[in-house]
Amino acid sequence: MQTKRMTFTSRWLPYVLLAPQVIITLIFFVWPASQALWQSMLRQDPFGLRTTFVWFRNFERLFADPNYLASMKTTAIFAVGTTLLSLSLSLLFAVMVNRMIRSRDLYTTFLVWPYAVAPAVAGVLWWFIFNPSVGILPYMLEMLGYDWNHRLHAGDAMALVILAAAWKQISYNFLFFLAGLQSIPQSLIEAAAIDGAGRTKRFWTIIFPLLSPTTFFLMVVNIVYAMFDTFGVIHATTAGGPAQATNILVYKVYRDGFIGNNLGSSAAQSVILMGIVIVLTVVQFRWIERRVNY
Amino acid sequence: MARIVMEALSKVYPGGVQAVSDVSLDIADGEMIVLVGPSGCGKSTLLRMVAGLERISSGTLSIGDRVVNDLEPAQRDIAMVFQNYALYPHMTVYNNLAYGLRNQGIARPEIDRRVQEAAGMLQIADYLDRKPRALSGGQRQRVAMGRALVREPAAFLFDEPLSNLDAKLRVQMRVEIRQLQKRLGTTSLYVTHDQLEALTMADRLVVLNGGRIEQVGTPMELYHRPETVFVAGFIGSPAMNMIDMAYLRDRGAAPGTLPTGTDLLGVRPDDLRLGDGDGLVLSGTVALLEPAGAESHVYVALDGSGQVVTVRVPGLPDVTEGGVLTLSAPLSALHPFNSASGRRVQ
Ligand SMILES: Nc1ncnc2c1ncn2[C@@H]1O[C@H](COP(=O)(O)OP(=O)(O)OP(=O)(O)O)[C@@H](O)[C@H]1O
Ligand SMILES: [Mg+2]
Repeated sequence: MQTKRMTFTSRWLPYVLLAPQVIITLIFFVWPASQALWQSMLRQDPFGLRTTFVWFRNFERLFADPNYLASMKTTAIFAVGTTLLSLSLSLLFAVMVNRMIRSRDLYTTFLVWPYAVAPAVAGVLWWFIFNPSVGILPYMLEMLGYDWNHRLHAGDAMALVILAAAWKQISYNFLFFLAGLQSIPQSLIEAAAIDGAGRTKRFWTIIFPLLSPTTFFLMVVNIVYAMFDTFGVIHATTAGGPAQATNILVYKVYRDGFIGNNLGSSAAQSVILMGIVIVLTVVQFRWIERRVNY
Repeated sequence: MARIVMEALSKVYPGGVQAVSDVSLDIADGEMIVLVGPSGCGKSTLLRMVAGLERISSGTLSIGDRVVNDLEPAQRDIAMVFQNYALYPHMTVYNNLAYGLRNQGIARPEIDRRVQEAAGMLQIADYLDRKPRALSGGQRQRVAMGRALVREPAAFLFDEPLSNLDAKLRVQMRVEIRQLQKRLGTTSLYVTHDQLEALTMADRLVVLNGGRIEQVGTPMELYHRPETVFVAGFIGSPAMNMIDMAYLRDRGAAPGTLPTGTDLLGVRPDDLRLGDGDGLVLSGTVALLEPAGAESHVYVALDGSGQVVTVRVPGLPDVTEGGVLTLSAPLSALHPFNSASGRRVQ
């Protein structure tokens, strides 16, 4: 087979056309990433007067630091919680909307809106709803006999950030699930109905397995989102508290670096995060090439 | 094993499309009924109404001795073979066959026995561990058949099950399905738009047109005595020639002793002979000679009107394109129709 090749009359045109992308990548990724890599091996004194090159000492310290390990655990709980909650809710919505014939588009539009809300704005929204003094939900929970206070209770705080983070991701997941559901041939569902499977059984034995490639893709995307893209949500709701209970890794990078001024450790933490992203991306591509399940 | 009775079944889709109108049919136990008709005439709709996949707008449907109008597909004791096979892509062939049995809560050894038996009958025993995507079209078709077989249902429903196969495989599967159906004696409803499939497989043939039944009968009845112009044109290939009586009268060639009201005369390509004779006599020039192995088709443009009639003759006839020709057909082979009513004149 012959591949069609575009030929440029000017030697420089292709480079010029490529330049914006390359420049953006250089300025916003390669340069900061290498800075972080460099800084992660430096150590500054508290006044920023002296900087020493310490090789991997920052990393060694991190992995010996109980605070850092606790933050890893917090991040894991947060990421798994957010992923599970947003995936299951959006699948539920997608199944319900997919069942509709008439007002399908209307509901789809509504369900997509949260995605357009900036994370920080979403955080403020949830901060108001759950505000222990003026929020509506603590008020209602109190009537049910539950004393909600995410400023004091670690569990409440975690629930709040998971809810706020999951809510934002529902739109995205919903769209993918809806597309996934619509690509399942109707005749399969009909065949299963004739084969004597009721609604619930059909869902778990036919629809859910056939959705597994979508589910897996979304799982990775959601974990990545929860780990790296939720700074705004955390910052606006709990700011990592109470007592580090919601201090996830990305937030810790910011706190240690910009508030604690420990730039070396903060840079080392960023490098670890970068490593995690790379691993997740590789996993995702590997699996998608192989396609899950069938 | 069951009798299926349709009484005045109608289907109106939401949006107002009347897909099936007033269809009544009594299918005997063990009978193979083939539904034919042009695209969009409501064949699939009717089949899906029997399966329980489409709601019945009006009329009564009974399978066995039960009225099943409001029963779920699973409760109707039927099995269906889909045009695209609708195999579960994430399950092995074995599980595809076993799925329906498991849902019925049948015991494991019995499931295994039935799956093995069906797999043996359909020669798919070697593929039981494979997923459908690792099978050829023909093998998938067999698995789809197997999934219907293992259920041992009261009736089989087929919606163009062979239309995705190549011509040779289609003939082979057609024979196998028919043999299986006869051996098992399961009442079957089979939708196709393939003439030959319809004629060869059916105990009785149902011709649908625009959602209504045109005619019901054995393949031979429909072939030899079509009741409507539509059936006459639809059954048989090449299609029956339709000659206007006005044309024949103008040329003084109208055969005598036809029933009153006849204004359209049908004659099958097989019934026309080259050369003069009794009954209907036509003359024209050869427009095209089409050899087709054991037989040949001669297309003749009639003098005066230029209408092309088809003649089917054995072997290769001694005619040349452009040559003048006389055709004839005996009176007994003519089908008299009235074009206003579209029906046969008695
Ligand atoms: N879900 C639906 N909603 C509205 N109209 C429909 C629907 N399904 C089918 N129809 C219409 O009903 C009529 C009959 O359709 P049906 O599928 O039964 O035809 P068919 O005889 O099976 O045709 P084919 O040979 O092409 O499969 C068609 O006019 C079709 O457009
Ligand atoms: Mg159809």
